[in-house]
Amino acid sequence: MTDHTATPDLTPTPGQTVGPFYGYALPYDHDSELVPPGSARAVQLTGVVYDGAGVPVPDAILEIWQPDENGVVPRETGSLRRNGFTFTGFGRAAVDPEGVFSFSTVDPGPTEADKAPFISVVVFARGLLNRLFTRIYLPEHTEALAADPFLSSLDEAERNRLIATRGADGSLRFDIRLQGEEETPFLRFPGHED
Amino acid sequence: MSPQPTSDTAKGPDDAAESQATLSKEIADIESAYTEDVDGGKKPETQPRLDYRPYRSSILRHPTKDPRHADPETIELFSPAFGHRDIGTLESDLTIQADGEPIGERIRVTGRVLDGQGRPVRNQLVEIWQANSAGRYIHKRDQHPAPIDPNFTGVGRTLTGDDGSYSFTTIKPGPYPWKNHHNAWRPAHIHFSLFGSEFTQRMITQMYFPGDPLFALDPIYQSITDRSARDRLVATYDHDITEHEFLMGYRWDIVLTGADRTWMEEEDDD
Ligand SMILES: [Fe+2]
Repeated sequence: MTDHTATPDLTPTPGQTVGPFYGYALPYDHDSELVPPGSARAVQLTGVVYDGAGVPVPDAILEIWQPDENGVVPRETGSLRRNGFTFTGFGRAAVDPEGVFSFSTVDPGPTEADKAPFISVVVFARGLLNRLFTRIYLPEHTEALAADPFLSSLDEAERNRLIATRGADGSLRFDIRLQGEEETPFLRFPGHED
Repeated sequence: MSPQPTSDTAKGPDDAAESQATLSKEIADIESAYTEDVDGGKKPETQPRLDYRPYRSSILRHPTKDPRHADPETIELFSPAFGHRDIGTLESDLTIQADGEPIGERIRVTGRVLDGQGRPVRNQLVEIWQANSAGRYIHKRDQHPAPIDPNFTGVGRTLTGDDGSYSFTTIKPGPYPWKNHHNAWRPAHIHFSLFGSEFTQRMITQMYFPGDPLFALDPIYQSITDRSARDRLVATYDHDITEHEFLMGYRWDIVLTGADRTWMEEEDDD
């Protein structure tokens, strides 16, 4: 059913920091395990969240949202109570005391032919007054990366900061720097004011 | 505790030497500069500033470069799907999660989650967490010497209905001290986590209670420099929600940013 009673252009509710006390509320069992760790298809996505002094942030929490290996956008429920078989495309990971996060997931496939696949990321932290969006691109799709309109709008250093590094064990490494010379490029979508 | 190079590294209240007066002056200066800008024709702000010095922990944790404009791509135009298998039906009542009744003022907080066009956000996850009535969180980092309530965890989850509505039964949280500066207290609030119909609408915020005397003093609330924008985080007391001899009612609607995806007939998947 489509809703036709829409009122146009309401002003969005402001965001606020996630604060320091999300730790007993937002994390849940297997939250960062989009696929079971160690399973045949599992890829570790890991990195560190840093502040503007290069110090790891111990109280950040990240979420990822992504297509499966074939570029299919998951429409399945069950992210909060995983059954170990259904790929829901969503995961949540609080960083550890050293600022390290880790997900067990799969390489996303392109949602359209020739598109550069990526993992969508949202970052929350104490001290961060509103969420930040970014993307994690895969290093292998060189042609698609070179042709990507969004990546092409960035300078080379920034562009490289949005591309994960592949480890010898197949893992993906992606650090997030909230501030500074090597600051992660964060995204503003149409309709966002911040 | 981990090393933090900012002034919020205070090990205790005595280390946080800055006074409320110092903070309040900074807050007032930022607001008056903002008001001048708006009077001079600048567009009003609707979101908190990321770079907001009175909230000391933000100093090293805000990006200094402008965010890059991005058109959302396919994955970002969808949101994760949550359903009844994700959540127990009792998770929206925070007063019945233990053997006994939590102490405090029983309240209901209800409202609707809408997108920027006023359309209901249906069947989406809403998560809340909060301090108990004494201002204490069930969290190992909360050192506030106020009692823990054995019958209250302060965590709730629900799914919105077809009209975008949500409802939580809980206990009114108390204000609590924090270490931003000397004698710093947060106004009573409930943390809300929200998903939209698109991942670009993902947000986390805090809901406040009307008339709180701490509003003017709080750097987190005041990081939204626009008065009418700040007001959007304050619930309304609603006597029609209040129940005879049982609880007090508050209404709070949440508007997410506009959805870009053309509205599609896709409400067949629950
Ligand atoms: Fe809080």
